[in-house]
Amino acid sequence: MDVVIRGRPVVPARGEGPLRRLTRPISLWGGVDPVGGVVSDPRHPEHGLSVAGTVLVIPASIGSSSSSAIMLELMRERTTPAAILIGEADAILSLGVIVGIELGYPAVPVIELDPAELADIPEGTILTVDEEGRVAHAGGG
Amino acid sequence: MDLFLPPVSGAMTLSLTSAERALLDGTQGEASAMAMRIVVAAAELLGAEELVSVASAHIDGCLHHGDGGVEFAEKLRDGGGQVAVPTTLNVGALDLIHPGVVRADPHKTDMARRQMQAYVAMGARPTFTCAPYQVGHEPRRGQHVAWGESNAIAFVNSVLGARTARYGDFLDACCALTGRAPLHGLHMDRHRRATVVVDATKVPVGLKALDVFYPVLGTWLGATVGTEVAVIDGIPLDVTRDQLKALGAAAASSGAVGLFHVAGVTPEAPTVSEAVGGPTESIPTIQVTADVLRVALDRLSTATGTPSVDAIAVGSPHFSLAEFEALAQLVANRRMRIPFYACTARDTLKALEDRGLAQPLVSAGVEMVVDTCVVVTPILPATGGVLMTNSGKFAHYGPANTGYEVVYGSLGDCVETAVSGALVRDEAMWTW
Repeated sequence: MDVVIRGRPVVPARGEGPLRRLTRPISLWGGVDPVGGVVSDPRHPEHGLSVAGTVLVIPASIGSSSSSAIMLELMRERTTPAAILIGEADAILSLGVIVGIELGYPAVPVIELDPAELADIPEGTILTVDEEGRVAHAGGG
Repeated sequence: MDLFLPPVSGAMTLSLTSAERALLDGTQGEASAMAMRIVVAAAELLGAEELVSVASAHIDGCLHHGDGGVEFAEKLRDGGGQVAVPTTLNVGALDLIHPGVVRADPHKTDMARRQMQAYVAMGARPTFTCAPYQVGHEPRRGQHVAWGESNAIAFVNSVLGARTARYGDFLDACCALTGRAPLHGLHMDRHRRATVVVDATKVPVGLKALDVFYPVLGTWLGATVGTEVAVIDGIPLDVTRDQLKALGAAAASSGAVGLFHVAGVTPEAPTVSEAVGGPTESIPTIQVTADVLRVALDRLSTATGTPSVDAIAVGSPHFSLAEFEALAQLVANRRMRIPFYACTARDTLKALEDRGLAQPLVSAGVEMVVDTCVVVTPILPATGGVLMTNSGKFAHYGPANTGYEVVYGSLGDCVETAVSGALVRDEAMWTW
């Protein structure tokens, strides 16, 4: 397996999708529309981009604890990222995933790693992540 | 069948008592097992080494953000969930006492009502207030509790001296059902000591006597100290609970303040050095100046110049009896010419009615809103425009959540504006 980087699995699970980077921290509450999975905060640099199905790189999660509730809504709407790679893991976003798992929705892997280590990988590259926190090129040897 | 949660980071460090393991094993039913799994997962995420028993809980999970919140609450209820400790409920998305106050489609109305009722069915008190400390929920100093709602967290930690970390959606409810919380953060002595001294001794005594000072000080404090614990020196010893409530609510809106100390006033700060737990020279001191307060004051208004005011809202946190008494004196049987919303707890409204104070205010044009408030659900006229408020929290969240521009002023300014129909604002006291 062509492992690109290994991070710390905060919520261990598997996922696969195109790489999408958010260049600024985001509050899911007020920042992402759960119905469409689109960045809805007009002040965010990636406003309008979809996070659904992506291997989403976020520097950090900020703001309201209601972001847990929005994470759960994304899981219910099937608009969640395929995986979340986050510079600084926080309990709020991951707690939303854990509640979603309890309610029977597919797990979303959350892996803590330094986004700078992915800097050379082009946007849109299809990546896989696994339970051990490994990030790899999809289909790689 | 139990869903086995995958281990997360730090899993090796958390140790559980046999009673806690029994809850996980489902001896008290599936709902408390599920709640315990979530508490344990959170404890591991937070790096806690053990759980702590809590004396009470305040659940901030009644507000409808989407149907997931309903699904979660009803799953706990259907699994036989009952709160293990006395529990109050935060605001929901509906005023259940005054139907029609909130504009919502039938689906949302139904789901929002189900979400509120599911928690009541689990034994929580239907308080539906962001200020549970005003309706008889007052933990004692040193008690561990699990509270959600940022202003309530700041109040219970700072003013009452009980101990809660900053809980949010889902985790507060799971703590209520299990009676346990992750032992971390503000539950622990070492995280409660002041890490910064705020020197307010140079602020004129006359300004510090006014209610309008405290949301501004809080806005500055939150933006300046973030998550640090401040001890504020120079606040009058007769500062009121409502003033401290307003200070904490504003600080918890502009920053992530979960605890502040006021020297000579709050329980863990008989003196500045006792709040610090050592020599005050060991930590930084920040001066409160006219300049920094001016910046914070300006931040509380987004509408510029002398705009026309389309609505006025007070009561974030929810209005207390004392605040209603002050409002009644200021209104003095005059009539409001601008829609004026007063948000409060249903229990406070009942007490107001029992004292004969509600009817004169309603006759003057005050619209009573209970169980919810104007920045969490559609209540203000859909036309939009400019909202005036005396609340730092309404001023902070108003523009994003309601689409209204905001103007901040004192309660007296709000009443005079409502009665005259044009903006009245006295800002002379902010210059010295």
